[in-house]
Amino acid sequence: MISEIFSTTVLIGILASGIRLATPYLYAAIGETFGQRSGVLNLGVEGQMLLGAFAGFYVALKTGNLWLGVLAAMSVGALMGLVMAFVTVNLHAQQGISGIGFYLFGLGMSDLLFQKLMGTVETVSGFPAIHIPYLSDIPGIGPIFFGQNILVYGAYLLVPLAWFVLNKTTLGLKIRAVGENPDAADSLGVSVARVRYFTIILGGTLSGVAGASLSIALLNVFQQNMTSGLGFIAVALVYFGGWRPLGVLGGALLFSMVNSLQLWIQVLGIPIPSDIAVMMPYVLTILVLVLTVSRVRAPAALTRPFERED
Amino acid sequence: MKKFAWFLTLVLALSLVLSACGGATEPVVEEPVEVATEVVATEAPVMEPFRVAVVMPSAINDMAFSQSMYDALLRIQDEMGGPDYFDFVYSEGMFVVDDAAAAIRDYASQGFDLVIAHGSQYGSSLQEIAPDFPETSFAWGTTAETFGQPNIYAYEAASQEGGYVNGVLAATLSESNIIGVVGPIEVGDAKLYVDGFKAGVAATNPAATVNVNYIGSFSDVALASEAATTHIAAGADALTGTAQMVVGAIGKAEENNALWFGTQSNQSSLAPSVVVASQVYHWEVVLREIIANVKTGTLGGQSLKIDLANSGLVIEFNPDYALPAEAQALADTTIQGIIDGSIVITLP
Repeated sequence: MISEIFSTTVLIGILASGIRLATPYLYAAIGETFGQRSGVLNLGVEGQMLLGAFAGFYVALKTGNLWLGVLAAMSVGALMGLVMAFVTVNLHAQQGISGIGFYLFGLGMSDLLFQKLMGTVETVSGFPAIHIPYLSDIPGIGPIFFGQNILVYGAYLLVPLAWFVLNKTTLGLKIRAVGENPDAADSLGVSVARVRYFTIILGGTLSGVAGASLSIALLNVFQQNMTSGLGFIAVALVYFGGWRPLGVLGGALLFSMVNSLQLWIQVLGIPIPSDIAVMMPYVLTILVLVLTVSRVRAPAALTRPFERED
Repeated sequence: MKKFAWFLTLVLALSLVLSACGGATEPVVEEPVEVATEVVATEAPVMEPFRVAVVMPSAINDMAFSQSMYDALLRIQDEMGGPDYFDFVYSEGMFVVDDAAAAIRDYASQGFDLVIAHGSQYGSSLQEIAPDFPETSFAWGTTAETFGQPNIYAYEAASQEGGYVNGVLAATLSESNIIGVVGPIEVGDAKLYVDGFKAGVAATNPAATVNVNYIGSFSDVALASEAATTHIAAGADALTGTAQMVVGAIGKAEENNALWFGTQSNQSSLAPSVVVASQVYHWEVVLREIIANVKTGTLGGQSLKIDLANSGLVIEFNPDYALPAEAQALADTTIQGIIDGSIVITLP
């Protein structure tokens, strides 16, 4: 029975599932990476995802336009990011606590809006799979990599883009400087507040898209608390990935692949208790974290509010 | 600045509280009683309404467990003649057991006639609270355990029966002979349903394979949906699943034109082209009995069950799905067989 795991169907299935499951993590974790590189820990990702998922779904349901849905999700995420930025940058709030506040707000508010505006679970037809000509015809891997919907492609394109912005642009340099040594950055004329506003709002926007990728691209349904902890795993993936977009990609893929592997293990009837199978991705993530993370240093100013010394 | 931070925290906290209460306070104002035009003044109801409070783990519109209870309460209210005779309030989304326990205690101290804790996770809280309110009747489910308390009713669903019928149908309609199941956690009602389903398939077509996947969560819609995709990739052309996170899985079934068999609530509206039938819970069957007992002074100590025989479980077919006549006939004889006892479901 174990050998069945290595059949083509199963391997393709694991890859395809893993790639889809990783999509919301990528949007949320890349956004969080920007925030943390600038020294801000946002624990409200889950709340932003939930509100983004609802806004995207509701607008797509009412207007029939999926792109308007994505826009709504981005706007709601950005708005939450703006408030979050005000609380952390201007009010110097303790970031862990206020982040949890934002999570609870998003959880409650998305549920309230769902109850009031919809009242029952409904479905939309989400973004269809786009088959990239020629490439999607490659046997085996073609349909996996080149037969996904647009938001899945977007998530993977975001990774090199984020890498480029963080490492090769002046903006990226400013973000890293603010996260490592805000005093020095400030003395060189970089506005710490403006940089952090930018990264937190960007993070919120991407978390909104992460929610929309669930509600109108992958699942096409909204239900209360549907993100079910994905946002917190995304925050963990930023640590896991060593605050680097490529590391985040690796972590997201590893976690998702192991998750899809455990789904297959159960489907193939391999006699492992389901409770153990379900634990696999988490256990493996913790193991890798323990083995690798000690080599990477967190941004020095992470979670430290910046106050200019006069 | 500090003061403002406090103010903001307060506003956030308040909005959270408001959003949490939003659903809970609503039903009181629901459906104003139609004023009966011919009621003679002296015949106006002098009796107090029967008052019920219920605590539920998920939302009243979850298309599954909590909704099944909410719908039942609405039907009871209708039967008994409206809010003047039967009044109920509820707290939904009480997935934190501590919060639920506080709500149960609050309701009990407010003098409700019956307090329902709709979730097997509330059992130990109820065991602690019920002795403090000997005049109040409590009910909880799904379970058969009354803790020997004279004021606790236990209720459960024989969900293996509908599972069996769904399994018979799935085995009949599947062409690939591979059937997938998406479950939450391998306990209680979900396990009963899945085991019944497997028995139904095995009795109808021993050659068919049932692949079962417990995803370890009642809320992870994404993983449930991916589990359904995995089943389909493994060759399944008929799927079922239980608990509220299956809404994602139903979508995948529809996308891939695989059949879906529902339970807990009628799920036809989610995917009209592929939902064949749903086992629907009619808790009003046990509620009716409990209410009648409470009115005559028996506050608990009994364990009640809904099943196909007492119409507490009903198989509702999706009118939009063209079920072949012989499959329909087979389903009907199976239901009849379970009711008259000629079909005995053996669970592992």
